[in-house]
Amino acid sequence: KVNGKTQVVDTDPETPLLYVLRDDLKLNGPKFGCGLSQCGACTVIMDGKAIRSCATEVKAAANRPVTTLEGLGSVKKMHPIQKAFLDEQAVQCGYCINGMIMTTKALLDTNPKPTDSQIKEALAGNLCRCGTHTRILRAVKRASGQKV
Amino acid sequence: MKNELSRRQFLQGAGALVVSFSLFPTARNIFAAEFATLPSGDIDPQSLDSWLAISPDGSVTFYTSKVEIGTGTITALAQIVAEELDVSFERVKMDSGDTSRTIEQGSTVGSRSIERAGPQVRQAAAAARQELLKLAAARLKAPIDKLTVQNGVVSVVGNAANKVSYGQLVGGKRFNTKITATGSGFDMKVAPEVKAKDPKDYKIVGQPVKRIELPGKLTGEHVYAHDVRVPGMLHGRVVRPPVVNTEPTNIDESSVKNISGFVKVVREGSFVGVVARTQWAAIKAAEALKVTWAEPKTKLPANADALYAYLKNTKPARTQKAVEKGDLAKAFAQAKKTYQASYRWPFQMHGMIGPSCSVADVKGDKATIWSGPQGPFRTRATVATILKIPEQNVRVIYHEASGSYGRMSTDDGAEDAALLSRGAGAPVRVQWSRQDEHGWEPKGPAQLDEIKAAIDGEGKLIAWDFVDYGQPWSASGSTPLLASLQVGIKPNNPGGSNGTQGGGDIYAVPNQKIVAEQINWHFPEPIPLRTSNLRAPGDPARCFASECFIDEIAADLGADPVEFRLRHTAEPRGADCLKAAADKAGWQKRPSPAPAQSANIAKGRGVALTRRANAYAAAVVDVEVDRSNGNVRVTRIAISHDCGLMVNPDGVKNQVEGNVIQGVSRALLEEVAYDERSVTSLDWKSYPILKFPDVPEIDVVLINRPEMAALGAGEPATIPVPAAIANAIFDATGARLREAPFTPARVLAAMKEKPAGNQKS
Repeated sequence: KVNGKTQVVDTDPETPLLYVLRDDLKLNGPKFGCGLSQCGACTVIMDGKAIRSCATEVKAAANRPVTTLEGLGSVKKMHPIQKAFLDEQAVQCGYCINGMIMTTKALLDTNPKPTDSQIKEALAGNLCRCGTHTRILRAVKRASGQKV
Repeated sequence: MKNELSRRQFLQGAGALVVSFSLFPTARNIFAAEFATLPSGDIDPQSLDSWLAISPDGSVTFYTSKVEIGTGTITALAQIVAEELDVSFERVKMDSGDTSRTIEQGSTVGSRSIERAGPQVRQAAAAARQELLKLAAARLKAPIDKLTVQNGVVSVVGNAANKVSYGQLVGGKRFNTKITATGSGFDMKVAPEVKAKDPKDYKIVGQPVKRIELPGKLTGEHVYAHDVRVPGMLHGRVVRPPVVNTEPTNIDESSVKNISGFVKVVREGSFVGVVARTQWAAIKAAEALKVTWAEPKTKLPANADALYAYLKNTKPARTQKAVEKGDLAKAFAQAKKTYQASYRWPFQMHGMIGPSCSVADVKGDKATIWSGPQGPFRTRATVATILKIPEQNVRVIYHEASGSYGRMSTDDGAEDAALLSRGAGAPVRVQWSRQDEHGWEPKGPAQLDEIKAAIDGEGKLIAWDFVDYGQPWSASGSTPLLASLQVGIKPNNPGGSNGTQGGGDIYAVPNQKIVAEQINWHFPEPIPLRTSNLRAPGDPARCFASECFIDEIAADLGADPVEFRLRHTAEPRGADCLKAAADKAGWQKRPSPAPAQSANIAKGRGVALTRRANAYAAAVVDVEVDRSNGNVRVTRIAISHDCGLMVNPDGVKNQVEGNVIQGVSRALLEEVAYDERSVTSLDWKSYPILKFPDVPEIDVVLINRPEMAALGAGEPATIPVPAAIANAIFDATGARLREAPFTPARVLAAMKEKPAGNQKS
């Protein structure tokens, strides 16, 4: 069940969820970064937790709710987290930003007013090479309704 | 297809209406079968219609071969277009990086896009405005100097009702106007005779406009190179050798025959790849394919000491002089005191978060490439060469890739995809594995820098002798890329220069020599560890050496590091930049090191200044050094930045912040590991980069100089960061780091060694 819609795919059950989301369901939000759970670019939310879709076999997602970046909002109707990232211009190349937003979503769902260090810890497994970290931190604060 | 044909027919005078082109193609035109190969490139730069088109609704489409690589360049260029034409920013669309629709303006590299392409874009837009005013004057029956433009509507001064819009004047039609355009690429001069706006009248340039493409990046709607899919597309993966520079002696295809979805093995020379129906099948086949590789012919230096010895002891292929003045021998003979030191900088990675990825569709003697190169025309040339077809038969369609910091100047993926597509007879998408990207991306060269200097009785620098030893870029604009080497294309030169700036050229010293010795890297043998331009190529290392050395001398003289620099800065802009960072940081005047500290955590501050491509940046860094384990934490950085006139201050700030964080990462963590056979840093664990918990506070000071031309911001701010950190570690502990990165082991070793050993003579 992806973004609230039940999907049936015919694939090798060991295929990483990421390739099924991208190639079979044409969801481009989650990105391939490392295939090793080291960078976070492929993050999606399953059962309320931010997980690495590059290292999760699709069979593990059978009959479970998966949310991708597309499930949050669109350019026409952005989710408040996406809007906060836009307001802070917290993107450079944006390749990692799916992971930042999805990890933030999972964080704020369980901890709506995180402290600076809680945000940093939550995002510690998400790599950004452009160095957009300080803007991302501000965007997460803003998304949580705290003073930036 | 309709759009594509319309554009070409339009330029050929077929009279088709202008259709609007989106920089960010919708799913419709990505997935539709509309990308049949067209004759590519070679649009006439002397035709105004080649640069821009105005739609009936008055929106402006501007065509440029410059590309968005995550740095905000395209947004800034759009601001320049909107400004010159007096249309609102929202009405400008940028059509970027398609070799069949744009003029080659040079690659998006070297902090040169705003500096070089900015004036080209401005003048083309100004020429269009001039033409529009001529048409309006005839239509409104008023002289040009009585006309005014607001938001794309021309009216007569004092009679606002007498008006006509750009759309009404030329919407959907050709200008049919010739403009002058001489030279090529970076150096192309476009319509220099046309008078552009006075910067005093700028309303859009200079504003912190929001980046055009960010909304789609935040929702998954932005189509990256990795997101391109074309009908009938297969998935490929290259099987790289486990050791460098070797050839397959045997390929056992039976090892992959049973993989569901496997299509075929493609081999050309030592290039081996697999093609499959799905990504997963391609990955499994690439892993399973049994290839026996020959032992490599050339070997790497086995470790850092062997590498730096190679740099020091190999005869330079050429000497590049950045500065040479005065009489060094005489100055050293008359010196009150002389100093010398040497500094080491390792191979570092670009480290794209998304690995190389391209799609190719090769049909007969034509090819279409979807990829994210910094130079689409460079990709056109390399693909044409490897396929042995005319350049004009290759069309490169740009889609942004992962942020690349120079890595996508060398579009290896496009060549891989082209070979696999030709071999498979179908469009093929190739995405590199993380291990392949880490192992095979061309690295920023290692550097060894040696400096000697002398002071007179007043503590003024009278001699400065700086030598940088480093490799050229074996993968560059003039040398074969990875697949090209594997199919047997030989380099005819050792590659591009790693630059000469940052070696103390910002200081006025009467007797001064700054040279970069190019140490060839196993040329003409195939290259065992590829090198290329990494953000601000060569400058972070040269600045690390020169700005630490200045600090060593200041410390020896008991001088304040900022004040000592100010005694020698050659230009007022350099001094202003340095003072701005020091002021922001609340710099307290005193010599380094700081008075002895008893706590385990020693605190220090350090400074460094640099100039690159005529932009200045200065950093003041606060660090905390854990003396028990040598761990360095950068807590705060004040950074000042002067890139002339700022087109988009928030864009500049975003770049400066990113440069600073990348600089901290390179200074503290980054060093490519290798052995005699190959690179051994093959993932983010073996090549870590800075993570959120270690990101410092950053205070940016932007110095705007509207009286100057606009310069680049994509690189300068990263350069002074490593030097400033090393100086801060010295300030905190009295230990001098002369080799990057500043790992806990190196910090502990330097603390044992202090006071700094070889600085005095």
